[in-house]
Amino acid sequence: MIGCGRVGSAVALQLHGSGWDVVAVDENEDALTRLGEHWTGGFLVGHGMDLTLLREAGIEEADAVVVTTDGDNSNIVIGQVAQQRFQVPTVVLRVLDPGRAQFYAARGLRIVCPTSAAIETLVEAVRATEQVTA
Amino acid sequence: MYVLIAGGGKVGANLTRSLIRMGHEVTLIEQRSYRYDQLEAEFEHQAVRGDATELYVLERAGIKRPPDLVVAATGDDEDNIVICQIAREKYGVQKVIARINDPRNQPYFDLLGISPTVSATGSIMALIEHEVPEHGLIHLLELRKENLEIVELTVDKDSACEGKRIGAVRLPAGARLISVVRDGKAEIADAETQLEAGDQVLAILEAGKEDELRRVLLRN
Repeated sequence: MIGCGRVGSAVALQLHGSGWDVVAVDENEDALTRLGEHWTGGFLVGHGMDLTLLREAGIEEADAVVVTTDGDNSNIVIGQVAQQRFQVPTVVLRVLDPGRAQFYAARGLRIVCPTSAAIETLVEAVRATEQVTA
Repeated sequence: MYVLIAGGGKVGANLTRSLIRMGHEVTLIEQRSYRYDQLEAEFEHQAVRGDATELYVLERAGIKRPPDLVVAATGDDEDNIVICQIAREKYGVQKVIARINDPRNQPYFDLLGISPTVSATGSIMALIEHEVPEHGLIHLLELRKENLEIVELTVDKDSACEGKRIGAVRLPAGARLISVVRDGKAEIADAETQLEAGDQVLAILEAGKEDELRRVLLRN
C-alpha cells in the first residue's frame, strides 16, 4: 500500500483481515494510527518515489501494489514503476482527474477514478427522477 | 518553432525570455496565481494559468497544434514525467525535454523513456567533482539517446596505463581519449600523448564501457 490515508488504510485493514501480508508506506508517520492498535502488518515512513524504500517494503516480492497517495501524478509514476520496473502482477491506483485517468487506463494501468464514478452516480440519481415526473 | 513550457519558476521564465528573444513562439504555463501575475505582466497572452498536468490546461495552451517542443520545467519530478508522457503520447509532440529536480529520480525518467533530461544539481555536482578530482570516474555529459557519454578520470599511480603512450594502451573498443590535463595545462590527446599518474583525462565512450575503462586508467 503506497499511501495510507483514508482510502489506503481502509484497504490495508480489509486485506490484512482476509489474510494478506500487507506493508503500508506513507510520508506521515501519524498514518500508522489509522491502522489501529492491532496492526501486525508492516509500516514504513517515506515517499513512494524512493526506490530504496520501495525495495525495503518488499516491492520485488509483492503480488499486488495499491497506490493511493493524494497526488495523481505521484500515483501515476509509482504505478508505472511498479508495473514496468518491478513487474508486480497486480497494480491498482487511484487517480482523481478523469482526463488523466482515462489516458493512463488506455495505456494499460488499472485505475480507479472516484470522480468519474461520482459524476455517473449523481447524474443517474437526478435522471431517475425524470421518469417519476413524466 | 512553437514551444510550450510548463513551470514558470526561474528556469521556465528565463527559458521563455531567451526563446522569445530568439524569435520563437512560446506559451508558458504556471499554476501559482501570484507567480502567474508577475509572468503575465511581462509575457501577456503568452502566459497561461493552470496546472500543466491537467489536459484542459494543456489544450488551452495550444498543445493540440502540436508544439514542436515541450519543456517540463516544474519543480516536481512526478509532474514533469506526466507532462512529457501526455505531450508525447496523447498529443504527438515530437520533442520533449524534462527537468529533473532530485537526481535520485533519474531512474524513473530513464525507465519511462523520457529523454533528454536536465538536472541542475547533477550538472553542478559533476563540475564540483571536476574541480576537486578524487579517484573515480566523473560523468560530465550523457547523451542518453545516442548511448554515448563523456567522462573524466584521474590516472592512478600503478595503473595499467601509467607511463605509457596512449597508442600503446589497450583501450576498450568503443572508447576514445579526448584530452589530457596535467599541471593545469590541457592538450588534445593523440596516440603519442604519454599518460602520467595524476593526469586528468577526458574520454568519450559507449554506454556500458565504464568498468573496462576504469580497469585501464585506474589502479585495481
